[in-house]
Amino acid sequence: MTNTLHRYGSGESFNDDYIVFAIPARGINDKGAVEKQRRFLEIARKHKPINMGDASHGSIFRPSKELNPTVHWRRDPKRDFDTVVHCVSCPSTVAAVFDNPDQVVAFIKELRQEDLGLSINISAALDKAQECARRAGLERHSVEYSLGFFGQTDRMADRRTLELSTMCGHGMLSFDFVRKLVEWVKQGRRSPEQASATLARFCSCGVFNPTRACRLFEEARRVGSGIRGQGQVADRG
Amino acid sequence: MQIDQQKCVACGNCVPVCPMGAISIDPVRNRAGVNADECVECYTCYRGMSMEKLNPVLVRTIRGLLRVFRLRFDPEPDVCPTSAITPDELTWPRVVRRAFSDPQVTHESTGVHGRGTEEVKTNDVTNRVGLGEVGYVVEFGRPTVGVRFRDIEKMTRALASIGIEFESRNPVTHLMTDKKTGKLRDDILNEKILSAIVEFKTRIENVPAVLQKVDDISKTLDTVVAVGVSTRCAEDGSSALDPVLVEEGFSFVRGKTNLGLGRGND
Repeated sequence: MTNTLHRYGSGESFNDDYIVFAIPARGINDKGAVEKQRRFLEIARKHKPINMGDASHGSIFRPSKELNPTVHWRRDPKRDFDTVVHCVSCPSTVAAVFDNPDQVVAFIKELRQEDLGLSINISAALDKAQECARRAGLERHSVEYSLGFFGQTDRMADRRTLELSTMCGHGMLSFDFVRKLVEWVKQGRRSPEQASATLARFCSCGVFNPTRACRLFEEARRVGSGIRGQGQVADRG
Repeated sequence: MQIDQQKCVACGNCVPVCPMGAISIDPVRNRAGVNADECVECYTCYRGMSMEKLNPVLVRTIRGLLRVFRLRFDPEPDVCPTSAITPDELTWPRVVRRAFSDPQVTHESTGVHGRGTEEVKTNDVTNRVGLGEVGYVVEFGRPTVGVRFRDIEKMTRALASIGIEFESRNPVTHLMTDKKTGKLRDDILNEKILSAIVEFKTRIENVPAVLQKVDDISKTLDTVVAVGVSTRCAEDGSSALDPVLVEEGFSFVRGKTNLGLGRGND
């Protein structure tokens, strides 16, 4: 789940981006973790996440291996929450994505009551995550900071492409594919929602944020893309 | 990964999907093909794309007719119409490509999927990074640039030279033949992967020197390096790392916050 640590964007860009995930510690509390992970997802579902997934089996947006040609005119936008919950079968990381801090707080409060014993983390802007924790009556135990990108950063893409592509930190969203969809949205060939769902199907652990993606696609449609920005490329004084 | 040449209709949908740009259309044969040296076996094309099972001859005929009549068809961009993408049987050392590139593969060395590390995500249970300590996750090849192990070894050797001890529960550490020098196995050095993480920890007072070293070596590598640092917070939730990072000129916005709700099995 370092895959959510280095999302690219400014602080405001993360205002609608909160990932809450549960993970067992290998060899310590992974026995019986499967049921607890399912419970985590069931509780998450009550708080209306915009995405949800199990790192070993996929998200609510899934590719299909048995399509028929009508798909090219009528793609089923189904979001499959049930399959995510039922497919959990081994100790893994399970995650739920929210676009609203109030939902995160309510979710964490319920997780506290449930006392699953799994490690629970929020991946988000650090100040927003701490605020959510405090509103839920918790102080953070540990914190991990993204210091951004070092090395050959000129090999990275433009700002908007990075903002979309890094929503799958495992690298399943190629720069070229993101650029193609941005162009299609600008040409009116796909809506921001359709383009967002297309990208989400490639992120197999369910941490892609379709709300943020829609917003970024919409911005691209309005103002154009390709502006090279500094974002979080490591810049030391 | 391979593209079945009998099935491929050269629709080109898989070309932009590949994070490494390893898929292209051969204009002479009019089929897609995979550059095996650049392919990192991430399975993005195979697993991420949806599949139809149409007859390739029929699809080629229809596409040809549409071209004759100058009609344009706007297919879904993430569909392989003939299920032409086919995984290879992987053997050593190529199998390490998939282990480090396909997030659904569990690393045998650590039993953890993805990049195979727990970092401070389970710190409330493991106490991996204690008070006054700092954990580092130095990640190579991300986002979507890729890296060969020989570049990772440059970093591990440089870090070892300043006395760094690498985290034992980490897949890259398991590929070291000498943890004291940071040397990796010779037979994997040319293997290309989507990304990998080197992990270690130091006392907090060593942060400036270590980050400077990472910065210096990163500039010599043919890839991008993403850096994360972590620490255990005080009881009031404050982090002793904040002022150190500010002093070093880093701005930090995003991160992961462990809520401390984990515990060992009763």
